[in-house]
Amino acid sequence: MWNYSEKVMEHFLKPRNVGELEGANAVGETGSLNCGDALKLYLKVNENERIIDATFMTFGCASAVASSSALTEIIKGMTLDDAAKVTNDDIADYLGGLPKEKMHCSVMGQAALKKAIADFRGIQILEKPGEMVCECFDVTDLEIIDAVKKNGLENTEDVTNYLKAGGGCGKCLDRIEEIVHKTRAAMETSSTAD
Amino acid sequence: MIYTDNNATTRVADEVIQEMLPYLGQFYGNPSSMYSFADLVNKKVGQARAQVADLINADPGDIIFTACGTESDNAAINAAMNAFPRKKHIITTTVEHPAIRSLCLHLQEKKGYKVTFVPVDNKGRLDLDTLYRAMSDDTAVVSVMWANNETGVIFPIAEIAEKAKEKGIWFHTDAVQATGKIPIDVRAAGVDMLSLSGHKIHAPKGIGVLYVKNGIKFSPFLIGGHQEKGRRGGTENTASIIALGKACELAKAHLPLMATEVREVRDYLETRLLEAIPATSVNGDRENRLPNTLSIGFDAVEGESILMLMNQAGICASSGSACTSGSLDPSHVLMAMQVPFKSAHGTIRFSLSHYNTKAEMDTIVQTLVPAIDRLRQMSPFWKDGKVV
Ligand SMILES: Cc1ncc(COP(=O)(O)O)c(C=O)c1O
Ligand code: FES
Repeated sequence: MWNYSEKVMEHFLKPRNVGELEGANAVGETGSLNCGDALKLYLKVNENERIIDATFMTFGCASAVASSSALTEIIKGMTLDDAAKVTNDDIADYLGGLPKEKMHCSVMGQAALKKAIADFRGIQILEKPGEMVCECFDVTDLEIIDAVKKNGLENTEDVTNYLKAGGGCGKCLDRIEEIVHKTRAAMETSSTAD
Repeated sequence: MIYTDNNATTRVADEVIQEMLPYLGQFYGNPSSMYSFADLVNKKVGQARAQVADLINADPGDIIFTACGTESDNAAINAAMNAFPRKKHIITTTVEHPAIRSLCLHLQEKKGYKVTFVPVDNKGRLDLDTLYRAMSDDTAVVSVMWANNETGVIFPIAEIAEKAKEKGIWFHTDAVQATGKIPIDVRAAGVDMLSLSGHKIHAPKGIGVLYVKNGIKFSPFLIGGHQEKGRRGGTENTASIIALGKACELAKAHLPLMATEVREVRDYLETRLLEAIPATSVNGDRENRLPNTLSIGFDAVEGESILMLMNQAGICASSGSACTSGSLDPSHVLMAMQVPFKSAHGTIRFSLSHYNTKAEMDTIVQTLVPAIDRLRQMSPFWKDGKVV
């Protein structure tokens, strides 16, 4: 059984801000029914670009629901600029931590938020830069490199836990391993250099 | 607590505990030793061997005690590889337990074996044509589970065993889930090797059996002492063997209950859930299914969330996803059956025993109706009473 924190259980059993939001002027969606989890985030943003209300609809495990609930609580009252700085780690911290295997739930929160902000600003999120690695979960090499560097991921298992990449059909696992290996090798040479 | 996860493991029966306890404490002799204090344990182990044999209509001499179902499965495949070192092909199914599936994947990836994983249809029934066509002179063994652990779907073992025999190929079956739930007769079915596991039939964990038909050139998986007539090294797990013997005796006595009362309670749960919760479907062939198993999918909600809400109410069951691995994918069994994602992710497996009651099923329904409703209210894929 997962070792969920009390806060995760509390937000799962009594999620805050559930449902569609009437008068929402920004929406961000991520995940799909096929993936096994999905989040639709609704924001109401005022003329000063401040988030005055936020709600969510989530399909997923307990930590996906808790992460969504936490996200709405964190960003309510923030300006869009501040909200744009919220990371998946902030969401996990707010919940008193998430099991390693469930970190992708917080990543999903961050992704939906990014999309909602872009939606409000009328920015099209373009095709992701980089080369597609995991088709099952739509993850590129640049995203993997980024996650390895920022979150200190050590192996393919970590990558799957954070980004889900590799957790579907598994055909991309060799490629992920190669990317992790190269990225870490590059990190080590650069850290010994200074 | 309401325990409906008996395909995962079972409660050790009180009678079984009573039977094994003296052999944990008082009678600790090594069955191989040369004095009466040990011989009494040896005799009791012999009795257990006969009890196990009786449940599956085998000769007691063909029963090998192992440490678990997984060991039995590995030992069976290993024996076939050793008996036919030049044959590099194995036939199995896409829906086996990891005890066979992971082993076969390993043999394919690392040991140069070619493995045919026979597919199933959307009701979990085997594609027998593909199975029979795959049999060749290069095939070392065919291994097909008697019944599937997730859906309970039962495979036509006697028919497959006969086809394998015609071609002179060894046939092994993983009967870990079938044992104690439906009648098993190794002679009538004509199988060469069969695995079963104690903890699925109200004996303790960590005790299993491999039946090996007399005449099969068996080579041990655990090479060591002369125990089990040299077919499995290691001092016998006497207390657990004695427990398993008793559990097999009880299982045989309870078989009629499985076919009647347990089936009725399962069917009752199934009917009530299908009536009470819209967009719900049963996975697997309902006609050819273990009497205790119900795999049921609730559209647009996710299994782990359902399990957590049931846990709040003290109900134990399993989900159809492999999410313990971090992968959110539905299990390989549901994927092999091409169960649509919308219900595969929301699949729950209930597996009953004769300890369960209808009143417990009522509690499950009363818990699940609001739980599923709540999760659907939250789901972006559910609107106005249906999946979007
Ligand atoms: C079909 C099947 N085979 C094998 C096993 C493995 O048995 P054990 O847990 O005794 O190793 C199980 C249960 O876990 C099973 O359901
Ligand atoms: S492509 Fe990455 S898991 Fe399928």
